[in-house]
Amino acid sequence: MSTQSTRLAARFMVAPSVIVLFIWMIVPLAMTAYFSFRLYRLLSPDRSGWVGFNNYVWFFNSPDFWLALTNTLLLVGGVLIITVILGVLIALLLDQPVKGQGVLRILVIAPFFVMPPVAASIWENLFMHPQNGLFAAIARGFGAQPILFLESYPMPSVIAIVAWEWLPFATLILLTAMQSLSSEQLEAAEMDGASALSRFRYIILPHLTRAITVVILIQTIFLLGIFGEIYTTTQGGPGSASTTLPYMIFKQAIVAKDIGRAAAGGIIAVILANIVAYFLMRSIGKHLDA
Amino acid sequence: MGQITLKSVRKSFGEVDVIPSIDLAIDDGEFVVFVGPSGCGKSTLLRLIAGLEDTTSGTIEIDGKDATALPPAKRGLAMVFQSYALYPHMTVKKNIGFPLKMAGMDPAEAEKRIQRAASVLNLTNYLERKPGQLSGGQRQRVAIGRAIVREPAAFLFDEPLSNLDAALRVGMRQEISELHQSLKTTMIYVTHDQVEAMTMADKIVVLNAGRIEQVGSPLTLYHTPKNIFVAGFIGSPRMNLIEGPEAAKHNAHTIGIRPEHITVGDGPWEGVVGLSEHLGSDSFIKVDVPGLGIINVRGAGELNVHHGDRIKLAPAGKIHRFDANGMAMA
Repeated sequence: MSTQSTRLAARFMVAPSVIVLFIWMIVPLAMTAYFSFRLYRLLSPDRSGWVGFNNYVWFFNSPDFWLALTNTLLLVGGVLIITVILGVLIALLLDQPVKGQGVLRILVIAPFFVMPPVAASIWENLFMHPQNGLFAAIARGFGAQPILFLESYPMPSVIAIVAWEWLPFATLILLTAMQSLSSEQLEAAEMDGASALSRFRYIILPHLTRAITVVILIQTIFLLGIFGEIYTTTQGGPGSASTTLPYMIFKQAIVAKDIGRAAAGGIIAVILANIVAYFLMRSIGKHLDA
Repeated sequence: MGQITLKSVRKSFGEVDVIPSIDLAIDDGEFVVFVGPSGCGKSTLLRLIAGLEDTTSGTIEIDGKDATALPPAKRGLAMVFQSYALYPHMTVKKNIGFPLKMAGMDPAEAEKRIQRAASVLNLTNYLERKPGQLSGGQRQRVAIGRAIVREPAAFLFDEPLSNLDAALRVGMRQEISELHQSLKTTMIYVTHDQVEAMTMADKIVVLNAGRIEQVGSPLTLYHTPKNIFVAGFIGSPRMNLIEGPEAAKHNAHTIGIRPEHITVGDGPWEGVVGLSEHLGSDSFIKVDVPGLGIINVRGAGELNVHHGDRIKLAPAGKIHRFDANGMAMA
């Protein structure tokens, strides 16, 4: 559709934004890579120099690192499973014609507008708190001991909080996808003798695959970097039980004040994110093709 | 078997009576066409028979058994939708086989039926394709294939050809007619196109505002319309309906004359030609006759009149007479 000259012109037009974006991305990445090979401790600024792969070696030798890696993947995987499954079910419910549909939909979407530290604080103090929390009150109502959520089950608690925050996003995307399904297709399936369950299995679910793919990809990007919720609730603890990779990097940079190691952690996180992205695109990326 | 009887079926959406009350008997093996202008309730009526809408009151009997409360799948009917409603993520084969799979049919038997349906509909080479890779006419055939594999008591077609281009529509019309000849299954076909109705139907049901205006064979409707609505709706170009003194001469409130029953040359009516369409085989001309209005005339192909010509017309042939209520007079 385009001639050679328009294509050339198009490249010139696009070039500035591409260059800006490239610099925008490459400068911080290059700086991180640079620092990751340097000795750079804020508490002893006089000592500096190249240290080769020492910072990386420290990370791989740290027992916390493998725990953090597992926790990061657990968090991403757990939240994805919960939000996609519950999201589909809630979207199914919201798609039914009911009175007060508009208000209901806004209520369902509302958690998404609560900023992460606030959401985490609410969960920590109003729900999971062993004295004041709602869950503790319920447990006492049944005569049971309140569960110490953040102490006994730190990772599941963090996953629950993050899932609560991201459920509206999944629901919203899946609901719009569901609404784009032609009613004639469902009626045809009904005429063909498909039960409600079969209609869900053979018509609705395949129709949703692309939306589910989008939800998984977008959420993965954001979930890999989850930090605020952990910082406000468990602080990565008890011990390192709920430390994720971003939180471990934060501890190196701000608590240990070792910028070199933090930078090495950052590079490792970038590589991890790319590995995850590669496998995600390989396994579900084909659903994005029209 | 596919005998369908409607007994005082009523359907209202809230306050609005879409179908006030309809009685209709459809015999086994008949090709029945519901025809009428948009919004006349013909699609609603079809959906009531299919079970996709609940009746407000009245009963629907299929093969003598009350089916009013049965869910769609239990009625033994198959439907072809206007949008075809194919399942986009399934291949043609899976689309056609879907009702069989839902019925839990043995895969080998299902395969046999799919192959048979595909060969009847010339789809054998397309079985592994997805609906998105097919042309409009092929999609239409897949939708029909999905209907015939179930061997239903009756087929329901909801304006199936309205998304096709003109040439394809004529072809599919003939294919559906041939399909009816070979299957001999009851078919109910909804359309707003009276040409489809005339060419395909054993029995036409003309609907207007949720009421049945007339039921009969195509030619019965054409030659002896029961009222002005049917007279005006069936036939193309439209029948000329003339009121006033000219009608009074025939002792009627309105008279109707088909365009082919008017001759050009000498006659009592004189007017100016407005539009003239020369099709080669026929000429359709519209003549503005003072006192009568625009008169449609169908003349021979070689009729040489053009826009602006003054010509004389004479009625020659049957004149339909209608009373003040629009009903035909003997």
